[in-house]
Formats: sequence, structure tokens, C-alpha cells
Amino acid sequence: MSAADPLLAVEHLSMRFGGLIAIDDLSFAAARGEITAIIGPNGAGKTTVFNCVTGFYKPSGGRIVLSLGGPPAPEALDTLTASGRRSRVTAAGSIFLLERMPDHEVAAHAKVARTFQNIRLFPGMTVLENLIVAQHNPLMRASGWTVLGLLGARRYLAAERQAVDRARYWLDQTALTDRADDAAGDLPYGAQRRLEIARAMCTQPQLLCLDEPAAGLNPRETADLTELLQSIRRAHALSILLIEHDMSVVMGISDHVVVLDYGQKIADGAPESVRNDPKVIAAYLGVEDREVAEAEAEIAR
Amino acid sequence: MAVAVPSSVSPAGSDTPSVGSRLVAAVKDAAGTALLALGLAVPILALRLDQDINNQPFLRPRWDYVATAVAVAFAARLAYLLIRPAFAGRRAAPTRATAPAATSARRIAQALAVGGLILLVIYPLLMLALVGRAGAIKWIDNFGIQILIYVMLGWGLNIVVGLAGLLDLGYVAFYAVGAYSTALLVHNFGFGFWLCLPLAGIFAALWGILLGFPVLRLRGDYLAIVTLAFGEIIRLVLINWVPVTNGYAGISGIPRPTFFGLPFNASDEGFAAFFGLEFTPLHRTIFLFYVILALALLTNWVTLRLRRLPVGRAWEALREDEIACRSLGINTTNTKLTAFAIGAGFGGFAGSFFAARQGFISPESFTFMESAIVVAIVVLGGMGSQLGVAIAAIAMIGGTEILRELDWLKQVFGPDFEPTQYRMLVFGLAMVVLMIWRPRGLIATRQPSIFLRERRAVKASLVKEGRG
Repeated sequence: MSAADPLLAVEHLSMRFGGLIAIDDLSFAAARGEITAIIGPNGAGKTTVFNCVTGFYKPSGGRIVLSLGGPPAPEALDTLTASGRRSRVTAAGSIFLLERMPDHEVAAHAKVARTFQNIRLFPGMTVLENLIVAQHNPLMRASGWTVLGLLGARRYLAAERQAVDRARYWLDQTALTDRADDAAGDLPYGAQRRLEIARAMCTQPQLLCLDEPAAGLNPRETADLTELLQSIRRAHALSILLIEHDMSVVMGISDHVVVLDYGQKIADGAPESVRNDPKVIAAYLGVEDREVAEAEAEIAR
Repeated sequence: MAVAVPSSVSPAGSDTPSVGSRLVAAVKDAAGTALLALGLAVPILALRLDQDINNQPFLRPRWDYVATAVAVAFAARLAYLLIRPAFAGRRAAPTRATAPAATSARRIAQALAVGGLILLVIYPLLMLALVGRAGAIKWIDNFGIQILIYVMLGWGLNIVVGLAGLLDLGYVAFYAVGAYSTALLVHNFGFGFWLCLPLAGIFAALWGILLGFPVLRLRGDYLAIVTLAFGEIIRLVLINWVPVTNGYAGISGIPRPTFFGLPFNASDEGFAAFFGLEFTPLHRTIFLFYVILALALLTNWVTLRLRRLPVGRAWEALREDEIACRSLGINTTNTKLTAFAIGAGFGGFAGSFFAARQGFISPESFTFMESAIVVAIVVLGGMGSQLGVAIAAIAMIGGTEILRELDWLKQVFGPDFEPTQYRMLVFGLAMVVLMIWRPRGLIATRQPSIFLRERRAVKASLVKEGRG
């Protein structure tokens, strides 16, 4: 389970909604620079894990550690956890305890970006504006928290040009340059999915969380998406956390697969080993428990 | 008109309905409408409870009223059905040339804005030339200044409602805070108008933040109700906190703005004496006009600038999707509070100006009606559109004043006819018509704040209204 250099370590995470236990004592790690997929049948708790990692939910228990700039020193991590603070930022590396941070701080400081299962763009703003809004925090600093920007400071104008350049880069990467001045709500579905990824990338994340990026895409678009994700990872030393139902995507690009069922981890490992795991097959195909036990016994033999 | 709809659809279904069959269908449809009108008119109009000479109540039948209402409904529906195809044909045609139409619309808007600005700058002199000194005060004060105050309020509220998508029905509270802080600062500390003006804006902005905190979690209707209540609370405090605010009696003797220290009066140190002019109250009116014009233009300039800054883009993003904003690291709490604070600040400026212009303020000037008018201006103008809000303010407030001028209507309807009494009726009608014709306001398209190759307006249907 423990990767050599985990960027994200989820430890004993649990999330209860009233009497419902959505996630039950879940631990896994996402290695730096790798693509980690979370799969599982509907209602297994995949999106809940995402919402906990990105700060949209406060977990009922457990720890979510994100470390930038190398693996965290165990004693530093222990001190931070005991101190009750949210993060420890040093020149050598930073540690963030995501379960303690509100959603916007997770995105702004811990450099975690996400997309949504049901696309959440700003439909009434243009494609370019969507990408500029994503660079809110650096632009806000450059505009001197609005005061300098209001006076037309050159520093802000330069920062805005830079933001447009970055937006342009991602428009090129996602083949949206021709639609840059169209309203985001006017784009076809597949382009909206790509724009959401481009927007997340404009926040310059270290961890990109994609919630079913291939949902509703045709095979051609799915293949393009796979290629895009791989090129993003290669070019930007990025780690990706992925929820996906399309097994061709999951098996094709992930380095590591975590399988959830009813809020619990039932398998964790390389794609091939997970694919042949009888528990996984049982969870997906709904085999009876007796048969699972038999299958396990068979494998043991 | 649920009765009327099916029959009006049927002729459109056939390929080429003859004129005769269309007429028959229209008459049938209009007859249905007339029936509906009859059903409504009988309980409402047919009988009137009156008192006879012995003060005994009796029912006076008014079937002539009913007949008139039914006839009007029939005629109007028939006329509408017969004229509509002409409209429909005209509307279908221009869709082919959308792109040039959009740019020409932009050019028209630009021309309107520039022309309007020039007209505003020369407006007092124009009025002076057109109607002479006696009439000019009325035209500059009742029309010019009054409308500009509402333009400024509309632009201030536009930040909160139009850009950030937070429906604020208590905007008058900040107007009141601005006015009362000016009045109280003048009376208790002897400050002049020009010192009070920025302070009033700052106080109102602080109150905006104060209102912002409790309503951060609220959305849509709930936000609207709480802001409405906030407006009423401020008004009730102003009424009941007599030792400070003097209650219903209000505060009088608020000094008028001075021209670089020169008061507008007949004294030897006055403006007229200093420049060697003959004293006339017109000087002050014209000066006030330019003050409110400058304030309104400042509001506009700041808003336009803010739209191109990260904070303005975050407001619009907040209106579009709050959860997506948070996923991008935008602190939505701060974003909402800045929208409330800046919007309220401009309301405070307007209030301060109002106090100095009137010289007297009382809680009666800050009723819910004022909030409703300002919200109506923003909604009618098109949420987020600066030009639309300005046009709507001219139509709403100028319209009210114009109705006062329509004395000749008395010759048509008799000497008892008072046009101003029909003000609300006319507004109601105008709003209903506008909401049918342009449900998203006069200027509903959104201009993007930045573009890569060409600026294309965003269709109104894509722009969200915000749910708090």
C-alpha cells in the first residue's frame, strides 16, 4: 500500500452521513508523478473520497496528508498533527493536513485541483474567462488586492498578459483555441469536459483530481482524453487521482488502482493484478459470497 | 388565457392557412378570451356597494363596465392575433445575419453611451437655453439630479445583484446609512459635505459587511428576505432611536455642498459674489447636478474597472457557479463580502449626496419602495449591464416626473383626472410588457471582460442569474 514517495496519503479515512457510513477506514496512497485510479461500483464512495480530499467534506475521522517537495519527515508530520495546525510550510517541503482545510485553501495552498462528475463550468463566461478566473489567486496578488489594479498598475497588466499566455497554452493543449471567445455554455459536451481539465490545470496544481473525465465521451474523444492526460503528466510532473468507470481509460493509463466497494478498500495494486482480483470481479459482477470464497480458495491452491 | 391557446395554434399547423380561415380562428380565439374576461369582470366589476341618501348600503349594477372590459379584451386579442404573423415574419428574418447584428448592436450601444455622456455634460446649459431660468431649475433638479441619483443607486446595486448574483432587497438601508451619517456628522462634529461624503461611503460599506456576514450562507429567496428585513430594521431604528435620529421629525439644516469652500448663497463670501455674478439659486442646482454626475460616472468607472480585475471576474464566476469557484481556490466568503461592501459604499455616497441636496432627511425617504424601485431598475435594465441600468433609471424615474407634466390629459379625461395617480399602473403595465418582450432586461447580453481574437457578446440565456 505504501508507495515509495507518496504525494497524497489517505490514512484511516472515514465519512459518515448520519447513520450511513460512506467511507469506512480507508487508507491508500497516491505516489508522486503517478496516475492513481479509484474505481468501484456505483455508490462505493469514490466521489466522497474526492470531496474529502478536496476539502468539500469534513471527514468524520482519519488523516489526509499531502506533501509537496519530497516525502515528509515522520517527526515533522507528528508534530504538525499534534499541534492542531493545518499545514507546515518550509523551504525544503510543505506538509498539508487536508482534512483540516476548507475547500478553497486546499486548492489555493495545497495545489489540489479538481473537476466534477457533472461538469461545473461558468457557462455565461467565455472559454478564456473561465481560464482566467482559474488564475484568481496569483492575479489577485498582482492587482494588489484590487487597489493597484484599480489604479491601472503596470504590474497587474503584465500579470494579466501572463495569465492569458498560460490560458493560451492550455487552450492549445486541449484544442480549444478556436472557441476561446465563445461562451463556455455554448461548447459541445466533449469540449466542456476538456475545458474543465484546462481550467483545473490553469491553477498550476500538483495533484489533479478528475471525477469521471471520460463520462459521456465517445470512443474517439476518450482516446484523445487518454492521450491528453498522459501528455499532461509527462510535461508537468503532475500526479493524477482519477475516478473512472471506463476500464479502457483506467487500465490504459493508471499506474496504480484502488478499488472501493461499500466504502471499503477491496483491492489496491497495479492494474493487471486488480483486474484479476476475484473480489473486484465479485464486486462488479455481483457474485455471491460463497463463490468468492471458493474462488479465493482456488487461487490459494 | 389558457382557453385561447389551443385554437391559436391550429392555423399555424396547416401549411398555408387562407385569410378567411385565419380570421375565423382568430375570432374564435378572441371570443374565448372575451369569455374569460367576462368571468373575471363579473365578480370584480359588475356590482358596486354604495350608500344611498339615508346611508343605507345598496348594490349598484355596473354592467356597462363589464361590457367595456369584455369588448376591450376581445378587440385586443383579435388585433394581436391578426398582427402577430407580421411580427413573426420580421423576427425570423434577421437570424441569418447574427454576427454583423451583434457588432452593430455594440456600436449602437457605444454611440448611445458617448452621446448620452455629451448630452449629460451640456444638459444644464441646454435646459437653460431651452426653457429659461425659471423653468430650468425644475428640469435640472427634478429630472437631471433625481434621475442621476437613481442611476448611481442602480449602478451600485448592479454590483451586488447583477455581477455577484446576490439578490439584495434592502439596498435602501445603505442609502439611509449614507444620508444619516452625513447628517449626524454635520450636526455632532460640524464636518462639511466634502468630508462627510467619503466617510458616509465608508460607513455604508462597513454596514454592507455587517449585513454580509449573517447572509453568507443564504441563497436566493432566503437571502432576499433577510436583506429586505435588514432594510426595514435600519428604517425602524431610524424612526425609534429618537435621541440620535430625531425619529419621524428627521434631521434638517444639513449644509449644501460648497464650491471649493464657497457656499451658494447671497452673502459676500458666496459663489455668486466671488465670481461677480448675480445671485440665483440656479448656480447651486447646476453645481449639484455636476456633483452627482461626477459621482455616478465614478461609480461607473470603478465598476467597469472592477469587472476586468480578478475580484470582478470572481463575482461573475460566483454568480455562475459557487462550488466551481471554491474548487479553483477562490475564497467565496471574501468575494461576497467585497461585493456587498463596494455596492453598499456607492449607496452610501448616493445617500450622502441626497442628504446634502435635500438639506433635510427623515425615515420616510428610505422605505422599502425605494429598494423596490432600484431593484426594478437593475432588473429592467438587464442585470450586469451598465447602459441598460442607466436607460431603465431614465425610463422609471423620468417617467414618473413626465406623468406630473401631463396636464393636458385633463382636457381629455376631465378636470378630476390626476395623471400621477396612474403612475404605478403605468409602471406595472410597462414591466409586464417588458418582461414578455425582453425577459432578461433591456440589455441582456453579457460583454466578456477579456478576449483573445474578437469580443463576442454572450447570449442572455447562458448567463446565470445567481442564486445567492
